[in-house]
Amino acid sequence: MIAFINHTFTQARRKLNLRISVLSWRIVLWLAPILFLLAFFFLPLSKILSFAFNTSALSKANFQLILPTVSFTFYQAGLSTILTFILGIPSAILFSRFNFRGKSLLRALTAVPFMLPTVVVASSFNALLGTHGWLSFLASALLRAGFPLPSEFTTSKTFYFLLILLAHIFYNTTIVIRIVGNALSRLDPKLEGAARSLGADSLRVWRHITLPLLRPSLLAAALLVFMFDFTSFGVILLLGGSNFSTLEVEIYLRVLKLPNLPLAALLSIIQLIFTLIFSILYTRIINQVTTQTAPRFSTSRPPKTIRKRAFVFTFYLLLLTFFLLPLASLPIRSLTRLEADRGQRDEVQYGLTTDYYKELFINRRGSLFYVPPIQAARNSLGYAGITVLLSLALGYPAAYALAKPTRLEKFLDPLIMLPLGASAVMLGLGFILSFGRALASPFFVPIAHTLVALPFVIRTLQPALASIPKRLRQAAATLGASPFRVWQTVDFPILSRTTLSAATFAFTVSLGEFGATLLLTRPEYPTIPIAIQRFLSQPGGLNFGQAMAMATLLMLLTTLAILIIEKLRLPNSGEF
Amino acid sequence: MLEIRNIFKTYDNKPLLRGISFSVSKGETVCLLGASGSGKSTLLRMIAGLEFPESGQFLFNKIDLAQTPPHARDFGLVFQDYGLFPHLNIFDNVAFGLKMRNVPLAKINARVAEMMDLVNLQGFEKRKVTDLSGGEQQRVALARALAPQPRLLMFDEPLGALDKSLKEDLLQELRSILHKTKIPAIYVTHDQDEAFTIADHILLLHDGEIIRDGAPDEVWQNPNSAYAARILGVGNVIEGVVNSANKVKTEYGTFPLNCKHKHSKSEKVSLLLQQSPSPFRRGARGEVEIKLKVEDVLFKRDQFQVKSRGDALSGEALSKGGLVIHLKDAPKVGQMIRVWVKVECLA
Repeated sequence: MIAFINHTFTQARRKLNLRISVLSWRIVLWLAPILFLLAFFFLPLSKILSFAFNTSALSKANFQLILPTVSFTFYQAGLSTILTFILGIPSAILFSRFNFRGKSLLRALTAVPFMLPTVVVASSFNALLGTHGWLSFLASALLRAGFPLPSEFTTSKTFYFLLILLAHIFYNTTIVIRIVGNALSRLDPKLEGAARSLGADSLRVWRHITLPLLRPSLLAAALLVFMFDFTSFGVILLLGGSNFSTLEVEIYLRVLKLPNLPLAALLSIIQLIFTLIFSILYTRIINQVTTQTAPRFSTSRPPKTIRKRAFVFTFYLLLLTFFLLPLASLPIRSLTRLEADRGQRDEVQYGLTTDYYKELFINRRGSLFYVPPIQAARNSLGYAGITVLLSLALGYPAAYALAKPTRLEKFLDPLIMLPLGASAVMLGLGFILSFGRALASPFFVPIAHTLVALPFVIRTLQPALASIPKRLRQAAATLGASPFRVWQTVDFPILSRTTLSAATFAFTVSLGEFGATLLLTRPEYPTIPIAIQRFLSQPGGLNFGQAMAMATLLMLLTTLAILIIEKLRLPNSGEF
Repeated sequence: MLEIRNIFKTYDNKPLLRGISFSVSKGETVCLLGASGSGKSTLLRMIAGLEFPESGQFLFNKIDLAQTPPHARDFGLVFQDYGLFPHLNIFDNVAFGLKMRNVPLAKINARVAEMMDLVNLQGFEKRKVTDLSGGEQQRVALARALAPQPRLLMFDEPLGALDKSLKEDLLQELRSILHKTKIPAIYVTHDQDEAFTIADHILLLHDGEIIRDGAPDEVWQNPNSAYAARILGVGNVIEGVVNSANKVKTEYGTFPLNCKHKHSKSEKVSLLLQQSPSPFRRGARGEVEIKLKVEDVLFKRDQFQVKSRGDALSGEALSKGGLVIHLKDAPKVGQMIRVWVKVECLA
């Protein structure tokens, strides 16, 4: 009897020990990521909160400024979303219903902008339509040839607003194509056939069958596009100057240009609340999207009738022009001189040149930098390297813990993802409020980049870690593989791809990060995006040319990274 | 009523249908029987107006349908996996066709109730499509197609996804509904049991052509080709070679050719070998007795299914399948048995 009690006692103790050891193992895993987030996200967040709910922030004057800012942010995001849908819906139909030559290439082309840094997209539109771009060159050439054009339009506020809207469409059309297009091609063609044979003409088929079935995907796409437009910063600042005060731009202005930190804090809290609401709505809707029926075969066909051919041809051409023109005009503009380097009145040497690139390596007195501009590229690479190491070091333990979630992980998961809801500018503001003078150290920039990259890194690693099935390990073991061989043959091949993919992701995020860096960076340590912004904000053809050259470099680096990620993508890893 | 004239259709640049012609008259159920991929479904979709032939005509009451869009054809279509609208409940699914015809609501209600009665789904109106079983969903699909009283009903493998006993029940129901409503119907399937149960007229589709058509009993008794005999499961199809005496040498013996075809020497021919009703009875006219070696015996409720081989040839000349016959008493494996069979030439 005593032996039995003893036995159960030791059993219970063992179980308890086991549970404690499992828990403590989990705590070890979580220690670094949680401390990091506490120090660099939640502490800054609490600082912002305390500033925002200060009496000086909640003044009447502030509210008079907040209301128009919020309403303009909604207005531009709403308008951008509607315009994105006007291009996106026909494109989604084009890709899901028709087969044509060059389809996958065209589809890839429409997806490129989404992965490019905002400074690159802004620079591309500047190169095409901006004051130093191809359009104004063409306009002035026409003017000289005796065709007067309404030149004041291209410098009007409306024109800049149009540029911003175009850049937003350029960025987000791929979301509509993906979400709505996927839903369309997943739609069982039998349903439309059934409706038609029951007496519904094509208009009624759309109204009663197709549209209701697409509703969740349409809503999800609209929310996502709206969310991106709502928090858009680089595009609005770089294309619109400080003409257009959205929440993001206003936060930036209230930190650096017209300092009013309590107001900036209040604005960023408002912004955070809105993005959180949007994300919650989005998560709810996207769950409905995935439960739709899948077809057994492809629903896309070559266009047969003349009307369908005309449709395919028109949108093929439209998409090709709209996506290729800005992307191509940037690198070409970086190699072409269209205007005087420093506003000289004398004759300008038009034509091909590599001067803008050469100039990047020269340390000029009186230039924008104390160092040769190419130093910005070195800084960027250095920051990106640190970001990769830091986000992998923090992301790996978190992803391991999340791969087999317990109650602890279910609680921690949303907290880990919370930085996604905070805008980059807000992160910068939080750092400024929390660390003050310590920001002189250049290490805060890669820390901010890590905050942005970490959710992506975790979301990349976690499914791969979870996807290594126990069975695979057991099968390998029963086939005679030692634990090391198991790791080598089962875990490693999956993990190495994913790790490289996550690393490249972090690298790209860091390279292109604009908002937080703009607030945190020291003048002597510019990154590529910051250098581009500085060049763009200065007069003269040489500065603009160097901005183009820098942006082209960044575009090449990012494209390379995208190609690597695409090559490494696991078949089932998620989208967005 | 419906007349189909010389339809040609290619798919992926390969000919799918090569000159299909047939007609369906009032109250008649025509069954298109063919292997999957033989173009049966495409033909239905073309009749419905959802696809178009390269050439040929569809006429209904002598009127060419080429200019009639699908929604104006008034043909009901029932799909294999039902094609019910997932966002509508059962009532709205069944009412869909009536709503498209702008029928007043009171009439819609009455008609839907009538349809629910007909398919034995009273009280299901408010349920969701996804809450129904396969058989129930198929009934809803049938009710939906019947509700607007179409001029023609088409069934595209409607019972393909259901299990066997459910299939038989639904088939009986469908048969009686079709007889009651007198709507002409085209029924597409690859299952010969279904075809024989439901059809007034069977069309056998092979290689893009109709290789046999006729009433079920005609087709059964005289399949006319090896392919037809095989797909209908009429009997055993065996291969043989014509010898000099205008007889066919097979693994089961040498049989006389009593056919109207012209055969040359050493030509390969297919023969249909059907077992006499009773193994003890002396063969009727044209029947012969063959010797078989038992290979495998399967218990099939009231009799035994015996797989066996002939021994008239040896080695490579042996066909793959062997012969399937049915016996009251189980023989032993390896035992030699004798059976009476009727042999016909299938050309």
